[in-house]
Amino acid sequence: MPCVGDWLNSPLSIVQGIFAQNVPNSDWEKKVTEYFKEKLKENNATNWVPSLNDVPVHYLKPNSLVKFRCMVQDMFDPEFYMGVYETVDPNTNARVLHFGKYRDVAECGPQQEIDLNSSQTVTLERQTFYCVPVPGESAWVKEISFFDCKIICGFLNPQCHAYISASQARVSPSTSYTPSRHKRSYEEDEDMDLHPSKQKEQHMGKSCCSGGDIHGCVEPKRLETEASAGHHVISPNCSPPLDLNFPLPGEKGPACLVKVYENWESFKVNDVLEVFGVLSVDPVLSIVNSEERDSSTLDPMECMDTAEEQRVHSPPASLVPRIHVILAQKLQHINPLLPACLKEEESKTCEFVSNFMSELSPVRAELLGFLTHALLGDSLAAEYLILHLISTVYARRDVLPLGKFTVNLSGCPRNSAFAEHLYRLIQQLVPASYHLRMSIESMNHSRFIPHKDYTANRLVSGLLQLASNTSLLIDETQLEQGQLDTAGVHNVTALGNLITWQKVDYDFNYHQMEFPCNINVLITSEGRSLLPSDCQVHLQPQIIPPNMEEYMSSLLTAVLPSVLNKFRIYLSLLRLLDYSISDEVTKAVEEDFVEMRKNNPESVTADDLHKMLLVARFLSLSAGQTTLSRERWLRAKQLEALRKARLQQQQCVNGNEL
Amino acid sequence: MSSPASTPSRRRGKRGRGSNPSTPQDARSPPSQKRRTDDSTSTGDLQPMPTSPPADVQSPGAADALFSSPPQFRHSAIPLDFDISSPLTYGTPSSRVEGTPRSGVRGTPVRQRPDLGSVRKARQVDLHSDGLAEDIAATEQSLGQKLVIWGTDVNVASCKEKFQRFLQRFIDPVDKEDEDIGLDLNEPRYMQRLHEINMVGEPFLNVNCDHLRSFDENLYRQLICYPQEVIPTFDMAANEIFFDRYPDSILEHQIQVRPYNALKTRNMRNLNPEDIDQLITISGMVIRSSQLIPEMQEAFFRCQVCAFTTRVEIDRGRIAEPSVCKNCNTTHSMALIHNRSMFSDKQMIKLQESPEDMPAGQTPHTVALYAHNDLVDKVQPGDRVNVTGIYRAVPIRVNPRVSSVNSVYKTHIDVIHYRKTDSTRLHCVDEETEQKRFTEERVEMLKELSKKADIYERLALALAPSIYEHEDIKKGILLQLFGGSRKDFTHTGRGSFRADINILLCGDPGTSKSQLLQYVYNLVPRGQYTSGKGSSAVGLTAYVMKDPETRQLVLQTGALVLSDNGICCIDEFDKMSESTRSVLHEVMEQQTLSIAKAGIICQLNARTSILAAANPIESQWNPKKTTIENIQLPHTLLSRFDLIFLMLDPRDEAYDRRLARHLVSLYYRSEENMEEEYMDMAVLRDYIAYARSYVNPRLGEEASQALIEAYVDMRKIGSGRGMVSAYPRQLESLIRLAEAHAKVRFSEKVEAIDVEEAKRLHREALKQSATDPKTGIVDISILTTGMSVTARKRKEELAQALRKLIQSKGKAPSLKYQQLLDDLRAQSDIAVTKEMFEEALRALADEDFLTVTGKTVRLL
Repeated sequence: MPCVGDWLNSPLSIVQGIFAQNVPNSDWEKKVTEYFKEKLKENNATNWVPSLNDVPVHYLKPNSLVKFRCMVQDMFDPEFYMGVYETVDPNTNARVLHFGKYRDVAECGPQQEIDLNSSQTVTLERQTFYCVPVPGESAWVKEISFFDCKIICGFLNPQCHAYISASQARVSPSTSYTPSRHKRSYEEDEDMDLHPSKQKEQHMGKSCCSGGDIHGCVEPKRLETEASAGHHVISPNCSPPLDLNFPLPGEKGPACLVKVYENWESFKVNDVLEVFGVLSVDPVLSIVNSEERDSSTLDPMECMDTAEEQRVHSPPASLVPRIHVILAQKLQHINPLLPACLKEEESKTCEFVSNFMSELSPVRAELLGFLTHALLGDSLAAEYLILHLISTVYARRDVLPLGKFTVNLSGCPRNSAFAEHLYRLIQQLVPASYHLRMSIESMNHSRFIPHKDYTANRLVSGLLQLASNTSLLIDETQLEQGQLDTAGVHNVTALGNLITWQKVDYDFNYHQMEFPCNINVLITSEGRSLLPSDCQVHLQPQIIPPNMEEYMSSLLTAVLPSVLNKFRIYLSLLRLLDYSISDEVTKAVEEDFVEMRKNNPESVTADDLHKMLLVARFLSLSAGQTTLSRERWLRAKQLEALRKARLQQQQCVNGNEL
Repeated sequence: MSSPASTPSRRRGKRGRGSNPSTPQDARSPPSQKRRTDDSTSTGDLQPMPTSPPADVQSPGAADALFSSPPQFRHSAIPLDFDISSPLTYGTPSSRVEGTPRSGVRGTPVRQRPDLGSVRKARQVDLHSDGLAEDIAATEQSLGQKLVIWGTDVNVASCKEKFQRFLQRFIDPVDKEDEDIGLDLNEPRYMQRLHEINMVGEPFLNVNCDHLRSFDENLYRQLICYPQEVIPTFDMAANEIFFDRYPDSILEHQIQVRPYNALKTRNMRNLNPEDIDQLITISGMVIRSSQLIPEMQEAFFRCQVCAFTTRVEIDRGRIAEPSVCKNCNTTHSMALIHNRSMFSDKQMIKLQESPEDMPAGQTPHTVALYAHNDLVDKVQPGDRVNVTGIYRAVPIRVNPRVSSVNSVYKTHIDVIHYRKTDSTRLHCVDEETEQKRFTEERVEMLKELSKKADIYERLALALAPSIYEHEDIKKGILLQLFGGSRKDFTHTGRGSFRADINILLCGDPGTSKSQLLQYVYNLVPRGQYTSGKGSSAVGLTAYVMKDPETRQLVLQTGALVLSDNGICCIDEFDKMSESTRSVLHEVMEQQTLSIAKAGIICQLNARTSILAAANPIESQWNPKKTTIENIQLPHTLLSRFDLIFLMLDPRDEAYDRRLARHLVSLYYRSEENMEEEYMDMAVLRDYIAYARSYVNPRLGEEASQALIEAYVDMRKIGSGRGMVSAYPRQLESLIRLAEAHAKVRFSEKVEAIDVEEAKRLHREALKQSATDPKTGIVDISILTTGMSVTARKRKEELAQALRKLIQSKGKAPSLKYQQLLDDLRAQSDIAVTKEMFEEALRALADEDFLTVTGKTVRLL
């Protein structure tokens, strides 16, 4: 497949071709995006593109086409760059035009100079986003998308292939490649020492060649060496390891500077994107930066940015690669089992949805059974858990978010690490999740709210900077008595705000800024949670397994992988469905409400009606129905009644105990 | 302070450059460079110039010739050296003249303007028949020659003349600025400014670009497009006028013109490559400022061998060290003498977009500023400023060792003028006018809106549409948002009157009080939201903190001070601690905050409206109790609220039905549908902001009458039953409400209908909150004294009854407590609770009739 290899391996040469053809007018840019759009539309073409999520940077060829599934963590200032520039050969005075788009470095041949004062120079603007992998992304999402990639792209890209075979040789095919990478680069260091001249050649060839033609014939092994060498050269310089600014602690994966060339206004912080673009790990970038740092004392122009800011805004390319975006799209979800875009009127998507809808009810029944077991035999709680898992904020009415459904699962057994195991199960079902173990320690010492660091000029991430539809499981059972300090109080307030208003106030030091979010919060606690919640369900375990760990893991192994996948599709798909209520049912609900109030105005308030309507909404959706029916409404009422009765009963018990 | 312009070495260097004009000198700003090279490549433009040396001398006009010094004339005879009338060299030679006093345009030294970059390469180009400059140079048509600065269409002479005319003639009686105090608006304003410069001796002339635009559109355009060339011309013009008028004036250096308020760009986000090298004004917040950087302007070298000295000027941020001594031809003998080199101050500042300008869900942009000389240290981090300056893009330095270049430019703004937007925040009343300027269409639209008959209802509906009904409460909050008119009687010694309306909402939990508060907080630009539970007195007022960097004590302001001129929303008002609440006493009536801590004693303004929400003490509102009993707040605080509303859950079928329909609709209708029905939040916000800053209604005759009547009526109701039913505070509330209602109509006069509505709303609120549950009568004393009149009467009666009972018992020195209670109960026809009994005992004890010790009551 030579043509495929071409646009995959050296997209810049294609851009060069288009540029050369259309140079006088500026619509070559449009043609480039058109070209790649066409290419990616082809059968499964998106799967041929190696993904930065799955393959470590040093296995990827520089200046090749890559894709990256990521969340926008921060937005840097727009950059002005040379969109078109001219080079001059001082000997022959020959002038050549080049394009600067999709590149970090204005390249020119060894015998040429860039004419900075050329009248042909066009200054253009682009925007840099700092992107991190989707925080809390479940292992299964990574595995499945990696698997997809492995099948196809292994044939095409020798370097991917090398990585894949290497990773298969290892024990686990997981994507946490960091340890092995260190080891690798060690070996290669020696390799480099042996051939220093070769190495230099490589550098020269790479940075000087104008097209991408040399890249085609370079062996992958060499390139690896280069990337890792760059890494090693830099690391002694930056004494503290670079903070990649992941929202959640313990995250791994590449952070990326994504350079966007068009429509950057449409992207927001915390958006999940899939970008296709040119990978740039040019070591020249790092060299330029380090030298600038050295010479900053000499040149006052250069010292306008603090060293800190330098480090953050132009980190070594081997650690934080650059992607020059050719195509970018916002993702509605990150579930690889679903077609990426469900809104499109494509026959394939429709087919997929209708197929799945036809087998919806058995899936729901199975899921309910699965969750019932997980919740120690409590089917009511399982029912509510399903509703919670498919809830999403679908609209905001002035400040009020509609569609959030925070469930407080009270009455959790304390000592059996029940919450821990429950989280593991949920992690298997949802594409992104995080388990927040509340303790005095963690509340006082962790960073929940993202805040702006003005010396480094970046948004330092916090736990609550999460992508839409992330499941946040807050475990209150571990909380002991103790004193919260200021930070702790702020953190608890932030959690409360998150739950009630679905927003996080990012701290910009001089002011705060509100960022709306859409996070599903599930709270496990013994008694009523200290955090607000939309609905409290008291757990009534039917079975107390002697060994919780064994019990839970046996549950998971009992489910067939194919069934598990169905659960995953179920939860992701239903969230995206539309919903409406007919006039008829509206009337009925009205009547019902008035009736209930008549009997006992104390017991049913507007708040209760809110809750019932929410339950009814998700109940209908969970059965695949997009309109509310009378039966569902009654069922919702019934569920609410059951839940309330349980709570009351619980209160009585407590009252007696006291 | 001396100018380098006249040193021989520089001249020489100049000529050297001049001999090769087709090589562009300027690489500071690549995009503009482009423009210039366009000119330079077509050498035809330059060709005619040598042929016309006489025109060269004459063209700048007689005025210029007058001030140009002889050496310059000599130079100008040399073909191709066109900097004769270049603004920078203007007037410089004589600046080195020794001796005092320095005065007059020649005596006053020129100060370099690093903010404009180096202007030396400003060259003039003869535009033979170029139509571009036809109109600009119309005045000089007679000369038959038009000279423009290279790469621009600016003709120095005509530009200067126009600006002089502007300075001499510009009158704008309408425009009002806070800096204009003491200016006669009917006289040319900039001449008065020059007079001021003469008096004060600060050689800076701030020029509002807006004025310039209304005076001469074309000149304005030139200023925006070619600030680097035009501003020095302006300097020149201003100095000529100034020293013409005040020849004996002694200034530190020559006057520098600082234009501000260029309308080109207001938002950082809109900056794009087209703005490079243009004059722009942006607003933002300072987030970081660097230390002072001394930047070398001119290096002084001395030959080690022959002590020959030479000066080298900075060129593109670099000093070219002379490798050969020109005197003795020794190589590498020149050494830099630091003490005799010239430096200018420079500071790097980071400016961040103001939060208002940011689209939702994005992080703020930043831009780097360079401040020079006087502007260094003029702003601190945290200041909000409007910056006028020149936008620059510099290519990142070419690395000699790597042939490739980073293709990204560095951008910054060279600051010419700062204008702080809220430096006067704590003292100035109308800084909101400053912040929010409305476009004409918007104002037109708002005015149109205000003419609608039902605007009041409409606005009330638009307020928090997701919260159902509670119309009167919404109306009350609406009036609070508009506020009354501010009256200042300080000069008569009565202090200023509160114009802000305070509102308390109390009621059952779950009646969306918090949601209402949250909405208001989101609506108003300077709102604060706190919860009574979480806030301490310190957090509300102000606290003293030690700055970690400077070790200085800094006063940090709390929520109440921050919401000065805004609204402070306090949720869970009842949960607030006693000490915190006591702070509010001062704020809610005097509208100030006194602080005395850590050596700082001060009084801060806190002219904030307070919107508070409180829950009843028993979690459910008890209709059998008074407001005070229900929420357990001291009456001293309650009486400071203009309106107290109860948000109760009405038990009414029709209401339930409407509520249900409303809620159901929330759960399936799409967002677009919802938007259409109500007024946009942005419109509402603008409407309020406009009314707050531009409408200031005064009481009309008719309205005053109506108010007096209303007050007298209120007093009358009570006097019939022997109680006070209204206090002056209520009258003040009525006035405020009436004024606010007039503001809603954009009316400058308070009329009878405003008073009507104020009365109605006030009555409604009272009816809810001050009804005595026992008698069903509205009784204001519940709020003012914490107890209804009937309750007080009953208390007294009970005490009397008890006294009688004890007296009837004869001369027993002591009585059993329980016994007495039982007897009283038996005697009384109303149910006597233990509390009531104890209260009666206490009352008698106060009269020294008896004492209570433990379980016995002793008579005295």
